[in-house]
Amino acid sequence: MTRKWAIVVVAGALALAGCSSDLPDDKAAPSGGSASSSGGSPSSDASKSKFFDQAEYDRQLAFRNATPEGPDGKPWEQMLQPEMVDTAKFAKPGGNYTLCFSNASVDNPWRQVGYKTMQQEVKLHPEITKFTVLDAEAKDDKQISDIQSLSGQNCSAIIISPNTTATLTPAVEQACKTGVPVIVFDRGVNTDCQATFIHPIGGFAFGADGAEFLKEKVKPGGKVLALRILPGVDVLEQRWAAANEIFAGSGLKVVGVEFTDGDAAKTKGIVTDYIQREGQIDGVWMDAGATAVAAVEAFQDAGVDVPAIVGEDQQDFLRLWADEGLTAVAPTYPTYQWRTPIIAALKVLKGEQVPKEWVLPQPRITGDKVKEYVKQDMPPLHYAMCGCEDMPGYPGPWK
Amino acid sequence: MTWRPRLAEGTAPVLVVLLLLLVGLAIVGPAYDEPSGYLALLKRAAPLVVLAIGQYFVIVSGGFDLSVGALVTAGVVIAARLINGSESATVWVILLVLGFGVLVGLVNGLVTTKLLVPSFIVTLGMLLVLDGAIFLWTGGAPRGALSAGFRMFGRGAVDVPVLGKVPWSVLILLAVLAAAVLFMRGGTGRALVAAGDNEAAVRLSGGRVDRLRLLAFVLSGLLAAIAAILLGGFASVSAQVGDGLEFRAITAVVLGGVLLGGGRGSVVAAAAGALSLEALFTLLNLLGVSGALESAVQGVIIIAAVAYASLGSGVRLRLWPKQRNPVRPAQPESS
Repeated sequence: MTRKWAIVVVAGALALAGCSSDLPDDKAAPSGGSASSSGGSPSSDASKSKFFDQAEYDRQLAFRNATPEGPDGKPWEQMLQPEMVDTAKFAKPGGNYTLCFSNASVDNPWRQVGYKTMQQEVKLHPEITKFTVLDAEAKDDKQISDIQSLSGQNCSAIIISPNTTATLTPAVEQACKTGVPVIVFDRGVNTDCQATFIHPIGGFAFGADGAEFLKEKVKPGGKVLALRILPGVDVLEQRWAAANEIFAGSGLKVVGVEFTDGDAAKTKGIVTDYIQREGQIDGVWMDAGATAVAAVEAFQDAGVDVPAIVGEDQQDFLRLWADEGLTAVAPTYPTYQWRTPIIAALKVLKGEQVPKEWVLPQPRITGDKVKEYVKQDMPPLHYAMCGCEDMPGYPGPWK
Repeated sequence: MTWRPRLAEGTAPVLVVLLLLLVGLAIVGPAYDEPSGYLALLKRAAPLVVLAIGQYFVIVSGGFDLSVGALVTAGVVIAARLINGSESATVWVILLVLGFGVLVGLVNGLVTTKLLVPSFIVTLGMLLVLDGAIFLWTGGAPRGALSAGFRMFGRGAVDVPVLGKVPWSVLILLAVLAAAVLFMRGGTGRALVAAGDNEAAVRLSGGRVDRLRLLAFVLSGLLAAIAAILLGGFASVSAQVGDGLEFRAITAVVLGGVLLGGGRGSVVAAAAGALSLEALFTLLNLLGVSGALESAVQGVIIIAAVAYASLGSGVRLRLWPKQRNPVRPAQPESS
């Protein structure tokens, strides 16, 4: 008899555990889980993400309206509100430089386009005689040993694109101790020993660009579906934190926050489910545009109008947008930022001033300008904001 | 009513599960009031069902095929690179993808049967080889684009009398399923199950076990290539398209009551298992349960189904002793 009851109790407990999808909210926080979004449960008025930082949010939103300093039409050389610092101690006139680069990975189209752009930038400067690159293949431990190995080589400057922030900080500090100028770009590290840290405005501005667009285009009370790649990555968490902040005060109804793993088939399935479940979706927000085309196709295949959608500057989405006349916006995380570290390294080696934090403009593509960015002959996953069209050899290496 | 559908042992439970899930969908989702909703579900489930049928052949003959997910990714990425948007290349690229699937299956099968490496290891190795090769070739970012003709099979629909617009993928799925059922009812199919059940007996009675196993792997590879064509058509190019599909297919087969280790289970049940899995995920999503639970649900299903199968009738007797076995002697209570 007792055994039978035990089975019932255990089965009941299991069933309960299975049903309550919202359980892990707070407990998951230390391991990098998302605090604000618990799967499919509507969360338009959810509490703020733990990744939300009001001061940084305000700073980034202000950067969007600031006028950049630097040459017109070359955003990769522009800087926003720079605080210049002296680099005379690194000066090493005479050319014949060996630049070393520790790359986090080249495992996605964004990094591929960026890396190719960087290689072409190196070719523009004859004073660079050697360009040594180590690819960490998205592994922290490999990048730590890569940086150590570069420290032992005769690098004139070390460029680092960190795989993760906290884990790579000590490695970057060690590299600084060798006395060689260190240039960090894309993701940051928790130290200020580097000569300069180069990055576009940031995740809050990216997320806000898309959310503000939906706030403007979707009627009050409209249903918005938010699609995210995965939780716990600070760049992506910032994008969502900003969007969540804007949606909270917008009157829009966020009917779902879903993780797609960046997978087109999964994205299409999720969007199809939501069209069925909600009857109508009035806007789609995405933290990255790689699966935007799949989301659009889900609406097309369901035979309904494509609502206002947030994508990114990849060619496949831009083409679809221009051809179908979508209501869309493309915030960008410009790949032209891969040119800047080379330029900065040469400036430092020549003893010229550079900003301590080199903030690059982060444009967004709007409906009236989309046709300018459509390049029919480029591959579908090419990023339009590469700043590479005028480089010698274009478009060969990017194809 | 003289005709009764011949259901193999173990088919009925999964059909009941599937029916319950479909009823659940009809209650929860307004889109499932009419046939088009179910057609959409079938369309989305088609690649997984095709993969599960392929996985069934291998599992029932006593092996595993872990390489199918990577093979799907490889198929899609290769097709995109070779077609590169040009409509005229569609036909030969489709043939090439199918051929590639057969080739991978052939290698899996030959290494398993001739070099006597356990299939678990061979196909795990194949998974890593394909993953690595694809990464090396594409650098992580697939290039090229699929043509509209290629995508038609996964995305398009065709007008069928009475039913209206039926997706191509559903028709392909039905064709594959019908062929698989006919195959399993034939002599070779029965020998395949027997080889998984008792290899020595089949060998002693003149069956060629190695050839049967090789055939299972080749079929699995071929069906994975078909799944690649359907998935690529459904959602276009992506380097993650096949991630985790091998475990999904195995879960589906196990859910269909097919015995891991081989020798028992029907192909219809395996297909129904795949459809149930897809229906379950759709239902969970409609209920607002986080998508992150999917892998947890899969894990629970695999463990529970295998435990159920290996305890077999023992569990049933213990849970309902009176109905099933009225004359069973009383057991001492252990607790």
